[in-house]
Amino acid sequence: MADPILSVRDLTVEFPTRHGILTALSGVSFDIMPGEVLGVVGESGAGKSMTGSAVIGLIDRPGRIAKGEIHLQGERIDNLPEERMRGVRGKRIGMIFQDPLTSLNPLYRISEQIVETIRTHLPLSKEAARAKAVGLLDRVGIPDAARRIDDYPHQFSGGMRQRVVIALALCAEPDLVIADEPTTALDVSVQAQIIDVMKELCAETGAAIMLITHDMGVIAETADRVAVMYAGRIAEIGPVRAVIKDAKHPYSAGLMGAIPRMSADLERLVQIPGAMPRLSAIPPGCPFNPRCPHVFDRCLTHRPAASEIEPGRRVACWLYPGVQEA
Amino acid sequence: MSDILLETRNLTRRFDVSAPWLNRKLEGKEKAYVKAVTDVSFSVRRGETFALVGESGSGKSTIARMIVGLLEPTAGDITFDGRSLVEGLRGREARRLRRRFQMIFQDPLASLNPRWRVTDIVAEPLRVFERRQGDRARRARVGELLTLVGLSPEDGAKFPHQFSGGQRQRIAIARALAARPDFIVCDEPTSALDVSVQAQILNLMKDLQAEFGLTYVFISHNLQVVRHMANQIGVLYLGRLAEVNDAEALFANPRHPYTRMLLEAVPDIEMTGRPRKRVEGEIPSPIDPPPGCPFHPRCPLANERCRVEVPPLLDGVACHAVHEGRA
Amino acid sequence: MTDITPRAAPGRTRARLLRRALASDIFYSWRRSPVTVIASVVALALILMAVLAPWIAPYDPFNPASLNLMEGFTPPASESAFTGNYFLMGTDNQGRDVLSTIMYGSRISLFVGFSATVLSILIGVSLGLAAGYNGGAVDSTIMRVADVQLSFPAILIALLIFGVARGVIPPNRQESMAVWVLILAIGLANWAQFARTVRGATMVERQKDYVSAAKIMGVHPALILLRHILPNVTGPVLVIGTIGLALAIIEEATLSYLGVGVPPTQPSLGTLIRIGQQFLFSGEWWILFFPGVTLVLLALSVNLLGDWLRDALNPKLR
Repeated sequence: MADPILSVRDLTVEFPTRHGILTALSGVSFDIMPGEVLGVVGESGAGKSMTGSAVIGLIDRPGRIAKGEIHLQGERIDNLPEERMRGVRGKRIGMIFQDPLTSLNPLYRISEQIVETIRTHLPLSKEAARAKAVGLLDRVGIPDAARRIDDYPHQFSGGMRQRVVIALALCAEPDLVIADEPTTALDVSVQAQIIDVMKELCAETGAAIMLITHDMGVIAETADRVAVMYAGRIAEIGPVRAVIKDAKHPYSAGLMGAIPRMSADLERLVQIPGAMPRLSAIPPGCPFNPRCPHVFDRCLTHRPAASEIEPGRRVACWLYPGVQEA
Repeated sequence: MSDILLETRNLTRRFDVSAPWLNRKLEGKEKAYVKAVTDVSFSVRRGETFALVGESGSGKSTIARMIVGLLEPTAGDITFDGRSLVEGLRGREARRLRRRFQMIFQDPLASLNPRWRVTDIVAEPLRVFERRQGDRARRARVGELLTLVGLSPEDGAKFPHQFSGGQRQRIAIARALAARPDFIVCDEPTSALDVSVQAQILNLMKDLQAEFGLTYVFISHNLQVVRHMANQIGVLYLGRLAEVNDAEALFANPRHPYTRMLLEAVPDIEMTGRPRKRVEGEIPSPIDPPPGCPFHPRCPLANERCRVEVPPLLDGVACHAVHEGRA
Repeated sequence: MTDITPRAAPGRTRARLLRRALASDIFYSWRRSPVTVIASVVALALILMAVLAPWIAPYDPFNPASLNLMEGFTPPASESAFTGNYFLMGTDNQGRDVLSTIMYGSRISLFVGFSATVLSILIGVSLGLAAGYNGGAVDSTIMRVADVQLSFPAILIALLIFGVARGVIPPNRQESMAVWVLILAIGLANWAQFARTVRGATMVERQKDYVSAAKIMGVHPALILLRHILPNVTGPVLVIGTIGLALAIIEEATLSYLGVGVPPTQPSLGTLIRIGQQFLFSGEWWILFFPGVTLVLLALSVNLLGDWLRDALNPKLR
């Protein structure tokens, strides 16, 4: 088997506050293979966006990586100085955010932004870079790309802007694209188009995707594997179809049941009582224990680590034999 | 007693988006309007949930705001229990009607006054509609309501920011129920919430509907949620109704090309890895909608007639192709 | 709005409130900023000094019986050559103790500044609420007036109002009413800032759904403004109110310095500076210097407090 593009080991992110240290991420480990789409799903505050920020070295201060390592194609990147990290971002890791306007500078034409990004990372002449940019915009589905490339961001609709951002993220031919809620701000009918474009382009260039979203539907349609996060930890990680059809962790099982479906006519949705704890009030033992229907005494005192229970599936739950303590 | 609780007839709302008077005169511009809602007619049966689905610019929130009286219709009529809400109700009559309907909003934090304690928030309708009620009775009722929505009476002393998003929506629901209404307009009540919390709120709303015989108008962009909640569904596109049908029939047999496209586009966890038909185009701007059928630029079935003539809503669907048997 | 909230025993509540206040973010940001702590101490000291002047001032400078012209022009930190009385900040030409006149002067300055600011707030907040909530013609009218007023220096407006008041009030009552005219002039000159801020905040709040919810219930617009919107726009009012207080104190000093403020029999800091400047070139610097320093300290410390308050209440800057 090939070596992973991205390898995250035991990642722990802390935020020192005046009330004490908050652990935003704890013991997060996963790999992304070349060309693979890894979905990261969770509710707000679960740490999914924080995981993305940690990988690209953009954790808001005063947060810091307290433990763990991040390797990009075998090279350790979590301790790179900021100047070197800037070369990694954009070149080797492309980024797509929820709001396209955060990635586009409203004062510059699209052409200037893409050409500049291309030329920062690739040895191309201005003309060649522009030709490449037009080709990319055409590829992401901007009609009349050769003319519209000289427009400003505000002259595009929301869906078109997100297409431009995808072109921008892919223009330096990165090996990995981190997409943080790329379709959340868009209408349903546009959302599907954006997902398709992103998937196709990455498949073409061979880039792997880390797709961060709260929408399990998007993940089901896009990802190969999924990591379900809860309270800053990975609760379960495995192939998408297996996790949806047969979730092992009680939280992922509840999450799947809580989603209203188009096909089944359920009278009531599965309901997980309570809400995810704040970072300052994560209970001891398994962080899910106050809401778990299968809780037993071990869960209250010992914290489970995401451990392999079947080939390719890791779960952090004491219901399964062979689960390690964190 | 009629089966229909609420009915809209040719409901229309325009918004004036003209430049200021002086600029208009100097630049020689005409007045400009956005037609947010055009000729929308539907009826809501007592004790049921009528859902309005649509994407941005579909006019669904405008309709909600007209129903509860936050916006005046430009044309058309809304009748509630046989009485028109548009032809200026006054005094006691208005009060009696107002106490029968309530609204639940999308952002639970913005819909609760951050400077008020929860008790005061939930008691607000009681102060308006049950003025003679004493403090003690009112406080007891608030405690009852908080318990009903799954909070504890002690939570009344706290402020909204001390709660999670789902709990805030519970507070908003408690307020909506305080004056014992029979009709509630829900404007995207769960779209700001996480999935597991959304399930709690949807279940709660269904339970309350069963317990108190409530009638809901449920506004949403989320088809799965609508599928779960609604008895009847109206699909809006650029301010017009594209299709109205019973929920089950609509999902089993969507007739309007837009409805079909929407159902096709929704990412659903059941359909892992299915190949999908490419959806074309984006929603045009409501300031300058296409002539004829608003959906024709994106419609695979559009012909010359669709480009010039607006299709009427016949037999629950507004589409020439369906009417002509081409679909 | 708290009349139906259960109340705890008063003593326990007070202890709990204190504990909550000490743990709050506001207190934390206060403690973290040494400049603010110093400004608070200075402002508090000056305010206490002014308020307690009749009890703690070493002399009563406005009692003609206690004045001794022989003590005139005593330098600071020395005893009068004639009477042996000690004067920390010296005396003026009439033998009044400069320290005591400053204490009494600050009292008037603060009273005028504070009252004028309260007046500005009352006018500005009411007009701002009306403009922001109603919009349309009401809004345009109020805000155009505010714009016109803001385009003139406040001191000019105050002078104008002062002049008009002079013409209206009979001469024999002018002296006794001078302080009130001053408050009116400064208050009317400064309302526009408050109106603008409150209008902006009101327009934001008016769109929020808790207002919609109240409207759906048919709550009267006046009650919506008073109970719902007003409590949510007080934050910015507090901030510009503090900075406005510093401004009003300076405006009062300016007017009094120009000789149109309070009469010399009841001098404010501005009047003291005007008196003192006559002696600057003859060497009696202290008559000008100490009132001047007091004015600067007062205005500066209040202004710094306002700056801090603005940052502390603005979540974006935290």
